[in-house]
Amino acid sequence: MKVKVISRSTDEFTRERSQDLQRVFHNFDPNLRTQEKAVEYQRALNAAKLDKIFARPFIGAMDGHIDAISSMAKNPNYLKGIFSGSMDGDIRLWDIANRRTVCRFPGHHGAVRGLTASTDGSTLVSCGTDCTVRLWNVPVATIMESDNLSDCSSEPRAVYMGENAFWAVDHQWNGDLFATAGAQVDIWNHNRSQPVNSFKWGTDSVISVRFNPGEPNLLVTSARSKQLSKCVNYYEYNILNPCEPTWNFKMETGSANDRSIILYDLRVSSPARKLIMRTKTNSISWNPMEPMNFTAANEDCNCYSYDARKLDEAKCVHKDHVSAVMDIDFSPTGREFVTGSYDRTVRIFQYNGGHSREIYHTKRMQRVFCVKFSCDASYVISGSDDTNLRLWKAKASEQLGVLLPREQKRHEYNEALKNRYKHLPEVKRIVRHRHLPRPIYKAGVLRRVMIESERRKDQRRKAHSALGTIVTEPMRKRRIIKEVD
Amino acid sequence: MGAKQENGDPEDILPPLEQELSHELDMKVKKYLRGEGADLEVLKDKKLKGQLYTRENLYGTSAKTAAKTEKWLLPSAGGYLEAEGIEKTWRIKQDTIGREVDISSAKNQYDIVLPDFGPYTLDFTSSGRYMAAAGRKGHLAVVDMKNMSLIKEIQACVLVRETVRDVVFLHNEMFFAAAQKKYPYIYNRDGVELHCLKEHGAVTRLQFLKNHFLLASINKYGQLRYQDVTMGEMIGNFRTGLGRTDVMQANPFNGVVALGHSGGTVSMWKPTSAVPLVKMLCHPGPITAMAFHPDGHLMATSGKERKIKIWDVRKFEVLQTIRGHAKTLDFSQKGLLAAGTGSFVQIFGDFSGSRNYSRYMGHSIVKGYQIRKVAFRPYEDVLGIGHSMGWSSILIPGSGEPNFDTWLANPFETTKQRREKEIHSLLDKLPPETIMLDPSKIGTVKSAKKKEKPTKKEMEADLETAVEAAKGTAIKKKTKGRNKPSKIAVKKKEIVERAKKPFLDQQMVEEEKVAKKKRKIGEEIALPTALQRFSRKKATA
Repeated sequence: MKVKVISRSTDEFTRERSQDLQRVFHNFDPNLRTQEKAVEYQRALNAAKLDKIFARPFIGAMDGHIDAISSMAKNPNYLKGIFSGSMDGDIRLWDIANRRTVCRFPGHHGAVRGLTASTDGSTLVSCGTDCTVRLWNVPVATIMESDNLSDCSSEPRAVYMGENAFWAVDHQWNGDLFATAGAQVDIWNHNRSQPVNSFKWGTDSVISVRFNPGEPNLLVTSARSKQLSKCVNYYEYNILNPCEPTWNFKMETGSANDRSIILYDLRVSSPARKLIMRTKTNSISWNPMEPMNFTAANEDCNCYSYDARKLDEAKCVHKDHVSAVMDIDFSPTGREFVTGSYDRTVRIFQYNGGHSREIYHTKRMQRVFCVKFSCDASYVISGSDDTNLRLWKAKASEQLGVLLPREQKRHEYNEALKNRYKHLPEVKRIVRHRHLPRPIYKAGVLRRVMIESERRKDQRRKAHSALGTIVTEPMRKRRIIKEVD
Repeated sequence: MGAKQENGDPEDILPPLEQELSHELDMKVKKYLRGEGADLEVLKDKKLKGQLYTRENLYGTSAKTAAKTEKWLLPSAGGYLEAEGIEKTWRIKQDTIGREVDISSAKNQYDIVLPDFGPYTLDFTSSGRYMAAAGRKGHLAVVDMKNMSLIKEIQACVLVRETVRDVVFLHNEMFFAAAQKKYPYIYNRDGVELHCLKEHGAVTRLQFLKNHFLLASINKYGQLRYQDVTMGEMIGNFRTGLGRTDVMQANPFNGVVALGHSGGTVSMWKPTSAVPLVKMLCHPGPITAMAFHPDGHLMATSGKERKIKIWDVRKFEVLQTIRGHAKTLDFSQKGLLAAGTGSFVQIFGDFSGSRNYSRYMGHSIVKGYQIRKVAFRPYEDVLGIGHSMGWSSILIPGSGEPNFDTWLANPFETTKQRREKEIHSLLDKLPPETIMLDPSKIGTVKSAKKKEKPTKKEMEADLETAVEAAKGTAIKKKTKGRNKPSKIAVKKKEIVERAKKPFLDQQMVEEEKVAKKKRKIGEEIALPTALQRFSRKKATA
């Protein structure tokens, strides 16, 4: 007879001294875990609910400007710093961590339309409606660290005069060129008081410009026809019915087709390519991780992602805003971007997602004119009409501060659970739900109704006409008028 | 003859020991894979296919790792009893085993003689550390089995002079429920009465569903009740209508509660439906005991006609019939089946792996002692026997799971660990809707079929629940004259009728539809044969 029974000595399974950690043992046998799938589902549900409970994205507002924020720039070399310019010509450097002004740059007489910092973070370039471009020395990081609350202010290093008002400025990546946009696109050098190069294509005025992060000599601009500038004012009256402009512009497209996106190459003397859309593009941002792709924030409430090599159709249309999208900025990870809109909300989209992942709004935030993703991809900064900069978390329910390994693991587990059960109706419902302010909700509903009725009408028109006479274009192509080389 | 000349299959080149090992590993991997993977070939969506492919790979590697961990890293090995020569395992006596094993294990063989309080029933906590024993004539005790110390003893007889029919631990050793003469009570470890569950009535059997925190009870009048012990809410209250029973067992795999009735049927219940999920006729006579295999696929029942049957609960068919009587049955963690009757316990084991139970061990206690309950102690090779003269404990090698998981059930749990586990298990508490026959359906997406019509059975169930709810409505006290019993009876009838009406209406509409269809078909057939070939062909479904 051979016999053995389970026999456990207490010493082997418990700790020796009270200072030791408790000993733990694993047995992964499925039979010991009854109803494991139901338990896991329940945990996923709890994770989704906890996520909602901890979703407090708003960190704080930074006030100090006395007019609407018109432009912002990140300091690529310093994580905590952000520049903002307002409509009254005030430029400030903020310490995001302490949410206070560190330095002011007085000098502009009209609105500051464009702000940008050089890649090494030492030079700030600003331009405005007072027809000047100003270069500033950025104070070194030690000033920001110091605790004295008295604002330091600095004098411009150089002031260059232009002929027309400037609308935007962007600095080259790893170079000392910068481009301004206005009546034409001017390329400047830090040391020269005159533009080194100028581009012009048609009669449009250029409203935004952005250098390619991968190819330093490539830049993209968006332009609008001068004759149509009244349409911008038109928006002012139409905010309560934000869907309207979309349809208004559509009617005018035949006559003035200058709402274009133009690609320039600095190595050749003429613009490279031009894409004409039905509505104006307010801002453009390159995807820093896939530098052949850029996303355009359009007046028709949508954002369009394009491949710069293939402009005949958008790669993706990002819908959800209910009014013109004013500004866009990519996260340094290239996986998502943030948009600010005239409908008083900030939204975060996946780089390939048709709808937004997140919407941020507060009662006091007015029209958002500029948004920026922080350089560590964990915060979003918005500047709005109500003279405030607002700081938001990029992930609404993220835990701030240093995480213990256990906390980190728990967060990862919860994330994985949510991801696994995201298609189940109950989890999906909880994860997707966002509270919206009533006007935005109503505008969204109205917009959907209008789009649906348009679609229905098209369908009927198609059904009642001869086969093949009416071709429905996909949404990715519908808003493009033509592409010019 | 080199390896080259044989065929190139690597399986054949391996030496036999390694072949055996790899085969063993394959079997284990199969266990950890928890069923078949998704069939990727039928998918047309390339992106989804890619995603699922990586996912399946991940499952594969994790299963393999788990299998390897089980093979090489687990701290203890399981017990066994092997006969040599002409020995038979069932002839080996407990004394012989006791002489062969180490002292600490031999300590697990003992008899506690408590002649005063009559047949004892037992329950273990899920970690096997604590045991609750209840004497029929009013004796409750909680014992720490590790160091064999009595934690608390209550003599309900001395205090309240009541019978105790059943005892069951709640989620941990801090609380236990006892079914006493009139009502079940919840006590804490120190013997303080916390709750008297009056709604349950005179309960004969109690079961606790650990994942759902539900206390299920069946009372003298055949009423099955579910109570949520966290919030105290009564989740379900159903009349079985099959008479008094004291055979009740919860299936650990899916939380379904099975009741064995005197008519020979076994009915299975969930807390969200007033009609049983399953009613199966298992024995020609009354059912005396029932037990579920821990993997939830096997059920053992025994009837008064001296037969023990092993059932496949997934197919509801009998796998094996063993001759023998059992007043109490229990499955161990490793799948051994203990059957106790009179003063004799028999252990059956499935050694072929093909669900074929054969005799493994036997044990007789002192003649004249009547066994009331057998219960395997989890994570130990020990069988507890409650009988009319106290309780005994014997060694059954190979019955318990040798390796425990600290996060699931820890026999060496500290107070802090117990508290933490309590919180976590409360967070993971399952809603009662998750109790169903096939729990693998949870967490899957219902395929978008055409709108499902409720089946006749479901409609009947709905009707019954509605009627049950209507009967439960409280009737307001009216002024003199209007509160007569006859009036109340009429009113109650009216309420029930009102509750029934929508269902009956719907039934009528459906019947009419069917009749119309039949008529239509009848008309078509009525066509003259010469014209029938012109009639419209019936649409193929």
